[in-house]
Amino acid sequence: MSATAVAARPRGFTSTQYAICLAGIVWREALRFVHQRERFVSALVRPLVWLFIFAAGFRQILGVSIIPPYETYVLYDVYVTPGLMAMIQLFNGMQSSLSMVYDREMGNMRMLLVSPFPRWYLLVAKLLASTAVSVLQVYAYMIVAWLWGVDIPSLGWLTVLPALVLSGFMLGALGMLLSSAIRQLENFAGVMNFVIFPMFFASSALYPLWLVQQSSPTVYDICRINPFTYAVELIRFALYAKVDAISLAVVAGAALVFTLAAILAYDPSRGLIARRGGGGTP
Amino acid sequence: MNEDGATPALLVEHVSHSYGSRPALADVTLRVAPGRFTALLGLNGAGKTTLFSLITRLFDTKQGRISVEGHDIAREPGEALRRLGVVFQARTLDLDLTVMQNLLYHAALHGIGRGEARVRARDVLREVDLLERARDTARRLSGGQMRRVEIARALLHQPHLLVLDEPTVGLDVASKSVILAHVRRLVAERGVAVLWATHLLDEIAPTDDVVVLHRGRVVATGDAASLVTQSGTPDLRAAFSALTGPVPAEAVA
Repeated sequence: MSATAVAARPRGFTSTQYAICLAGIVWREALRFVHQRERFVSALVRPLVWLFIFAAGFRQILGVSIIPPYETYVLYDVYVTPGLMAMIQLFNGMQSSLSMVYDREMGNMRMLLVSPFPRWYLLVAKLLASTAVSVLQVYAYMIVAWLWGVDIPSLGWLTVLPALVLSGFMLGALGMLLSSAIRQLENFAGVMNFVIFPMFFASSALYPLWLVQQSSPTVYDICRINPFTYAVELIRFALYAKVDAISLAVVAGAALVFTLAAILAYDPSRGLIARRGGGGTP
Repeated sequence: MNEDGATPALLVEHVSHSYGSRPALADVTLRVAPGRFTALLGLNGAGKTTLFSLITRLFDTKQGRISVEGHDIAREPGEALRRLGVVFQARTLDLDLTVMQNLLYHAALHGIGRGEARVRARDVLREVDLLERARDTARRLSGGQMRRVEIARALLHQPHLLVLDEPTVGLDVASKSVILAHVRRLVAERGVAVLWATHLLDEIAPTDDVVVLHRGRVVATGDAASLVTQSGTPDLRAAFSALTGPVPAEAVA
């Protein structure tokens, strides 16, 4: 083994270096996703099971009246598709959270946290990486759903992209926030029971809210304060090249709040991580 | 500034830290001079890893001050961290990625472009004799090889200061000596300053600077030879024992 001389360097980073850092984090997330083929398969199979089995059954018993953004009666599998797209992103956000807890236990997280780039930037880059992966999963699902006969407007393939980016970012930020609060991988089962299932079922993903209101005003109120409902509606409207202003505002606001809270939680001076061992066991 | 006028590679001043009500470090002050090998010597539980977590800003320094080449880790974390190469005690390679991918990821985290990163990665892997393993996943490496890759990775962004937390723990004798020899060569030939945390006395040479940490406090500093002389003991083990109490057998292994 041999050694060479150390070099002097300028202060700070250029915008190109920031871009390199972002690209590196996205690249690593993509590599991890490729290596975990079962993760991709399960991400795709989960919503397809809902579509092929659940929606097929419900098609016969559940009528969906004409509600915005739909201008005609739609089949149930058309109605449920935006909810299943959001479900993919919800699970991906939680999967990223699981991955961060794993990284923390394995020590990999430390290498991210000791990067000289600002920590907020590293976390936002990680969120963008997670969002990119979730958007790819959603498009894979859309292709299969379309082949299955679900009507997806041609323009919708394009107009849904910004909505998917925003909702994916919000759900990723929620996952990151949760990861800061989870001490061990074993505790992650609680996330399934107390976060994923309630968020998914108490939303407009499976049933229109007017139908929920008819059967239970309390559940309806819960659905109305659930940010996941607004992610579903944002995607639903975007598929028809429409913007639901309230959903956009709620999803953007929730994304901002969750991101700031996650950054705070990972801040070495204030956050939960500072109390729990900073990216690994001390 | 150092006594000789040079800015220390690492300066830790009056640093204290506690986990809840349990104190881990108390008023720790130490300096690592540029181009010097400094051993942070302490038994398990002495506070070495806590100090590393503060130096690398995994924990916030609430009491005292830490600076890398004059850059305060709290006020200028970016400037301090980019001058710092870190090898943690726990393995931190992504086992699913190849050796090269691990290095390229680290390079990106330091803003180094892909082309430049590949050149540097090959250079540092050549230095640790692992260039031929660049395409293997990290999972396929032995413990000693993983550690050498981690050292290579820590050098990729060409830091002036390398901090290693018990880097030889769990390695066989041959791997230990290879790693120690390489790090010493970095000091001698490249002028890198090194803070080497250890509880193993045989890793310390007479000319090394030594900081003895015991129960969260610095109980002695100086070069190894002078510590022995000042304590009036025959060797470093006896000097260490005089400072900290009986030395467990594994501390000399």
